Amino acid sequence: MDKLIEVLQQLVNGVSLGSIYALIALGYTMVYGVLRFINFAHGDIYMLGAYSGFLLAPLFAHTFKFGEFDTFTPENTLFILSGAGLIMVLSMMICATIGVLIERIAYRPLRERPRLNVLITAIGVSLFLQNMTQYRLGADPKAFPQLIPVYVIEGLGNLTILTSQLAIIVATIILLIILRFVVMKTKIGLAMRALSFNPTACSIMGVNNDVVISFTFALGSALAAAAGILVSMDSPSINPLMGNLPGIKAFVAAVLGGIGNISGAALGGLIIGILETFVVAIGFPQWRDGIAFAVLIVILLFKPTGILGRVEREKV
Amino acid sequence: MSRSLLNLVFALVLCASISFFGENFIASNFAYYYDILISIGVNIILATSLNLVNGYTGQFSLGHAGFMAVGAYASASWSNHLDPIIFGIVNGSGNPVATNAAMFVSMLFAGAMAAIAGFAVGVPSLRLKGDYLAIVTLGFGEIIRVAILNLDFLGASRGLSVPGTYTNLFWTYGSVVLCIYVVLSLVHSTYGRGFLTVRDDEVAAEAMGINTTKYKVAAFVVAAFFAGVAGALYAHFKAFLTPEGFNFFRSVDVVVIVILGGMGSTIGVVFAAVLLTILPEALRGLAHTEFVPAAYQVLLENRLILYSLLLIILMLTRPQGLFGDGTAFKKWLGRSRAD
Repeated sequence: MDKLIEVLQQLVNGVSLGSIYALIALGYTMVYGVLRFINFAHGDIYMLGAYSGFLLAPLFAHTFKFGEFDTFTPENTLFILSGAGLIMVLSMMICATIGVLIERIAYRPLRERPRLNVLITAIGVSLFLQNMTQYRLGADPKAFPQLIPVYVIEGLGNLTILTSQLAIIVATIILLIILRFVVMKTKIGLAMRALSFNPTACSIMGVNNDVVISFTFALGSALAAAAGILVSMDSPSINPLMGNLPGIKAFVAAVLGGIGNISGAALGGLIIGILETFVVAIGFPQWRDGIAFAVLIVILLFKPTGILGRVEREKV
Repeated sequence: MSRSLLNLVFALVLCASISFFGENFIASNFAYYYDILISIGVNIILATSLNLVNGYTGQFSLGHAGFMAVGAYASASWSNHLDPIIFGIVNGSGNPVATNAAMFVSMLFAGAMAAIAGFAVGVPSLRLKGDYLAIVTLGFGEIIRVAILNLDFLGASRGLSVPGTYTNLFWTYGSVVLCIYVVLSLVHSTYGRGFLTVRDDEVAAEAMGINTTKYKVAAFVVAAFFAGVAGALYAHFKAFLTPEGFNFFRSVDVVVIVILGGMGSTIGVVFAAVLLTILPEALRGLAHTEFVPAAYQVLLENRLILYSLLLIILMLTRPQGLFGDGTAFKKWLGRSRAD
């Protein structure tokens, strides 16, 4: 029974970590879907999401009494959640704008050039965001303000689940449902899918590809920003390089699920998160950052299209 | 003896004589510049070797620092454990013949170990190109770093001290000359045209019966070998190694050099290596003069901000690098003459 609880515990930890990877991976996979290129700077958008939350929270600290509650009670729950939600939505909007700007300034002029050029530019953008943040806000880790009270949820026996973990999982589910709605039920979502299917035909049908691409960047960046805020609720220490490893792991997740495939990205994120948690749990904590790369190499060797990806033939 | 081989021998003799007559003078009177001189040499080796993969073969490796780390740690371990037995060198001091022989052997060992690592990376990455390859090589670089961090006999996070600073101008610039010679001869030989075909059109190359796989692995192995040699030089110059010295940003440094110089232009890459090694030093010097307001000092001291802007602006305005693949340069010369 203890073993079962232990496994269940790690599963919960893995799912909450995996939700973060899933949210970031969605940005990679959507951008890949419409532009066929890997946005190296995506991990840094996640970092910027956390930083915009860090900068926004003091502005609303007084109104929403951040850090003044110790527990959720029936009276204050809605109040706390609306405060945290407001910060999250504002950060998402800021990062969506940044994402669109990056695409407009750095990537769009290169759209007809070889993919390698765009890749190099993306690395440049990533380094620029990291180092500018470091330069403007300092390289030292910052304490993220407490948006929701974090404590162990009672009444679950030996299972230790933090409120922040629950918040991550619930928020991710809500965001995934919204995303699913946007992609499957709206006109712009239809345009996104059409664009990823065939850009030329899509523009012939009267779709403005540039607008759709901008929208995709906005959507992906917003999700990454949400991930940044959520992860900072759970582990409230942020630094300018925090986006590097999660960014790469989320990319691995996107590849694992089949790059270009939205459900695949969410699935891949969960798998990577759970895998990583279990690697730590069975006693190899120092290898936790290596496992994602190992998965990537194995995946690319045996099934480069990922779990849910479709095979694309290379045309001459 | 062919003309290029003659040039090689001549250049090596030149390096040897400069090292023999000038080494002590420069090292004792201009210690700071001596330091930069060695760093330039190491960067040239790293960049010219990476250029074989990223420039001539058209692949994209982001893990060159990993191979350098393998070389550095291999040569350091060799010197730590085997030099006392083979050459009778204790605590890094011995007669010049013994130390130089030890340096040569440890460099070869470093290169060989790095080449093995290069082979290990090259084989699985054959099936990948572009973005995927970049991420996988990045991943390999990180795995090497994480592995070193976890291996106690390599000093883990404490770092590893290297006995004896055997690196001198001869070994550094001798390796530079050799590296440039090997890369150029490879690319300009009948065999080496294969590298260019892989870059220009892989499908067409395959249709013409070129074994693209073999060329990609060859490029990786040769590049890794020289990265390992550069690592050995670095190890025996700094005398102390930490895994953090070989992180992702070290790889980016080399990539920036290759891109600035122009992918597939050895001469351009050599110039870029010299330029980008001196530039951060010069900017650091400039940052502390009275002309620069205090607020901007950090901006000038942080080479990564500069590099990132350089990458973006280069890609937007001049993706072929300062020198391009040489043909653009020649065309420009020709046009200006025609005007």
